[in-house]
Amino acid sequence: MGDKTMTAEEVVSRLASGMTLGIGGWGSRRKPMALVRALLRSGIGDLTVVSYGGPDVGALAAAGRIRKLVTAFVTLDSIPLEPHYRAARERGGLELAEVDEGMFQSGLRAAAQRLPFLPVRAGIGSDVMRAGPGLRTVTSPYTDGETLVAMPALRLDAALVHVNRADRLGNGQCLGPDPYFDDLFCEAADAAYVSCEQLVDTAELTKAAAPQSLLLKRLAVTGVVEAPNGAHFTSCAPDYGRDEEFQRLYATTPWPEFAERFLGGTEEDYRAAAGRWRTEQER
Amino acid sequence: MRATRAEYCVIACAEAWRGAGEILASPMGVIPSLGARLARLTFAPDLLLTDGEALLVRPDGTAEGWLPYRQHLELVAGGRRHVMMGASQLDRYGNQNISRIGDRAQPRRQLLGVRGAPLNTLNNPTSYWVPRHSRRVFVERVDMVCGVGYDRAAGLGGAARFHHLARVVSDLGVLDFATPDHSMRLVSVHPGVSVARVREATGFALTVPDEVPDTREPEAAELRLIREVLDPAGTRTREVPEEGGG
Repeated sequence: MGDKTMTAEEVVSRLASGMTLGIGGWGSRRKPMALVRALLRSGIGDLTVVSYGGPDVGALAAAGRIRKLVTAFVTLDSIPLEPHYRAARERGGLELAEVDEGMFQSGLRAAAQRLPFLPVRAGIGSDVMRAGPGLRTVTSPYTDGETLVAMPALRLDAALVHVNRADRLGNGQCLGPDPYFDDLFCEAADAAYVSCEQLVDTAELTKAAAPQSLLLKRLAVTGVVEAPNGAHFTSCAPDYGRDEEFQRLYATTPWPEFAERFLGGTEEDYRAAAGRWRTEQER
Repeated sequence: MRATRAEYCVIACAEAWRGAGEILASPMGVIPSLGARLARLTFAPDLLLTDGEALLVRPDGTAEGWLPYRQHLELVAGGRRHVMMGASQLDRYGNQNISRIGDRAQPRRQLLGVRGAPLNTLNNPTSYWVPRHSRRVFVERVDMVCGVGYDRAAGLGGAARFHHLARVVSDLGVLDFATPDHSMRLVSVHPGVSVARVREATGFALTVPDEVPDTREPEAAELRLIREVLDPAGTRTREVPEEGGG
């Protein structure tokens, strides 16, 4: 059994421009932000991003790395509309393939099960039939004859997710109340990279937590990155809540200024810069 | 005890869940949330409510179940739910838009995205909450159909057999689609609001019966619950401010 630990830089070195990239979490919740920051430091672009969108999408869109976005929404939760994403869309040139939240889940599930599509009722009658990723319908072969959406598999070249704990083999644990869809992202991808708050020995995983918290199985995980505070500034329950003040700063600062101040260096530099900003606020 | 406009809105939202039975109430927005919890504490005691995240909670906050997003989406498909969503635009057949204003390639205003609106409207009863009734919201034609309206549902056959738009509550009154062609109809106006004002604030021809009643008065016990138990800080007034005169 191999040790899958690596750095965020090693993860990014395995990614390439033009890839279809799934990003876990939901809105501004448990997003793999340290991995996204590593991606921002690289030159990788022209991405198709598949995400229940939050600041991951906002930052990548602001930096011009997204060619096409597959999503049901982009939000910062406590700030309903993601300003950097909005600006990118309103400038034009960011293609949006819009699907419903449930269709999105079915698309990941189809990919995880190696099916070409899954039938869903959601979408029929709405404009996602035109706005979605080449959506077609399928008719039930049974007597009901119902016409449904054939939600195509959302197959991913790579997935990036962040969880609370993991071991070196890629077993990932989610300690918060909602696992979101991170297991599906990993199973739908050719390669899955998991960052975690803390690397622990395998035996530690179930010492205090129930086995249902073991969301990610190592057979679907390619690399593990220890990244404390790696979801910052999104929430990572129960380890920490959303950094609302910092999120507000992100949302209200012009992108070039924010990027220069916080994203110019390494993850350690990011943490130090965020810490300095916090100290200034407390004065 | 005279009720405020926001309190009439809470009552009107609560009424959406009357007779709903043992299903999940999914309110979005401050006033719909107060309405759902008021209904749960009074005339709809079997309703299920969430904490807005992954737990099903009783009105006092006690957790009684687990409902992470993945299960929430499955529950919608199963239909045991009545959602009250917001709407950036809403047309006379109940088509709703929360995604964008303008065209797809380069919208004039990029909004939230479709979220779960297509799923919701084809699977469980759906109502809408509009805190500022205006011609910008109540439009002749929405820029993108996220929530499916009755004219769209009419051509869908069996796929639309669970489609039901129950009511629209705004800061001015209550509307529904109980007309022969399922176009929007004015059901009641909140006390102090004239029918003419609702017509003026609506960007399409609204069906208006000869007699339009006022939205019902809250009972004393309901007002007490709203003011002392559910919203002592008065957050409802931030969503719908009290207006001078009417």
